[in-house]
Amino acid sequence: MSMPAILAENINTYYGRSHILRGVSFTVAPGETVSLLGRNGMGKTTLLRTLAGLLRPASGSVQLNGADVTSARASARSRAGLAIVPEGRGIFPNLTVAENLTFASRANARGDRPWPLERIYALFPRLAERRHHWGNELSGGEQQMLSIGRALMTSPSIVLLDEATEGLAPKLRDEIWATVKQITDSGIAAIIVDKNLNDLLALADRNTIMAKGEIVFDGTSDALRADEALIHRHLGV
Amino acid sequence: MDLVLIQLLNGIQYGLLIFLAASGLTLVFGIMGVINLSHGSFYMLGAYCALTLTQFTGDIFLSLLLGVPLAFVFGVIIEWLFIRHLYDRDHLQQVLLTFALILIFNEVQKILWGSYPHSVPVPGYLQGGVKISELLSYPYYRIAVAGFCVALALAMMFVIQKTRIGRIIRAGESNREMVEALGIDSRLLFRFVFAAGVALAATAGIVASPLESVYPGIGEPVLIISFVVVVIGGIGSIKGAFLGALLIGVADALGKVYFPTFSSSVVYALMAAVLIARPGGLFGRAA
Repeated sequence: MSMPAILAENINTYYGRSHILRGVSFTVAPGETVSLLGRNGMGKTTLLRTLAGLLRPASGSVQLNGADVTSARASARSRAGLAIVPEGRGIFPNLTVAENLTFASRANARGDRPWPLERIYALFPRLAERRHHWGNELSGGEQQMLSIGRALMTSPSIVLLDEATEGLAPKLRDEIWATVKQITDSGIAAIIVDKNLNDLLALADRNTIMAKGEIVFDGTSDALRADEALIHRHLGV
Repeated sequence: MDLVLIQLLNGIQYGLLIFLAASGLTLVFGIMGVINLSHGSFYMLGAYCALTLTQFTGDIFLSLLLGVPLAFVFGVIIEWLFIRHLYDRDHLQQVLLTFALILIFNEVQKILWGSYPHSVPVPGYLQGGVKISELLSYPYYRIAVAGFCVALALAMMFVIQKTRIGRIIRAGESNREMVEALGIDSRLLFRFVFAAGVALAATAGIVASPLESVYPGIGEPVLIISFVVVVIGGIGSIKGAFLGALLIGVADALGKVYFPTFSSSVVYALMAAVLIARPGGLFGRAA
């Protein structure tokens, strides 16, 4: 069996004295798409930020493609193949679209060549049209495309998407999901947080629900659809 | 009229010199979020470094060639010893530690160089000046300093706008966490930026040393005026620091001609006017 793209064991993360993640263990196989579900404030973003190295857990371990990265900085995890598309997108407003993209361009730890800009522009033709515009001149949808494109420029083996389609119109949302599907079909693993349950269930190989900092469900989309009480209890649908 | 012209030239040259010091301060503040009160001390150490090195080399520009790398290495050491512990601390703690550094550097200066003023010679080939009128001439050395500062400003703007390190610096100014998340080790970025800031302040101190005497506390007025430039130009903006420093230099020089009684207040009045019109500074983000 191949090594997991990401393996987190018994993670405990605090914000000050608030115990946010309570012994979370979590795994994603290479090329697998996992949705991370749960109401607001249940620890989804905290888990993604902990996996990305932007938050330091008080205890627990994280492995990336078999390598222990528990004490590694976010920059080292990025170079080891993990990319994050954060909530709020994290676009550099004072860099152009092209500069935002080339900023992160590099080969990955496995020696794969960096993604050429043209490949990103093929995936998001709108970014090609806006390549000379500043980051703060883009619409919300374009910023999300740029944030995803920039993550891909790091040649990742796993992408963490936080609030992937937040604030986007339905048509743009569909565009983003279609692109995410292309990305995951190319063999890149993904953990996706979003509020659109039906879209996620259609896209994900596996779904994980978090409640109060713990994982309370882990299973296929069919298994989740079949448990209406669980959906009602934890997702409020 | 000649006096106004001379003052205008002095103001531009002073502004360009202040730009060198302020550009380092604005980078350190804008990218690292550190209020560095000891920035003026690096200007002072640059001036004293010029004093000692010129005694050996005999030429201020040779001293500059030796002094700038020394200042950069010194900046790396100071960042590693002290500044890196401040990134997650609040501004009060940053002010306290960097104020302590001022006191330490002042004592070191007194121990090494004493309390008396010193002078650094202008190189022989830059003695004299360009004749402006029958009575007045403008010194070659001041013209050379202005030219050097303009060349350095253009080089910095090129690096910031056109190179990879410049992109990283601009990105760090807007979102430090995302820079780290995209694979750039922010510890190394911060160390480089701080050392570059120290080197720029020291460069200003070195080239200024033949223009005025080198004396204890020479860096303190530079620190204050550099903060004014950073506020006027916008935190983190090299372009803003350049324009702000020129505005301050010219306002200060002309203030001495037209409002001699209030000349020391002119730059602060200018700062207040800019803050009212553009709270984020000329090239900064809106406050």
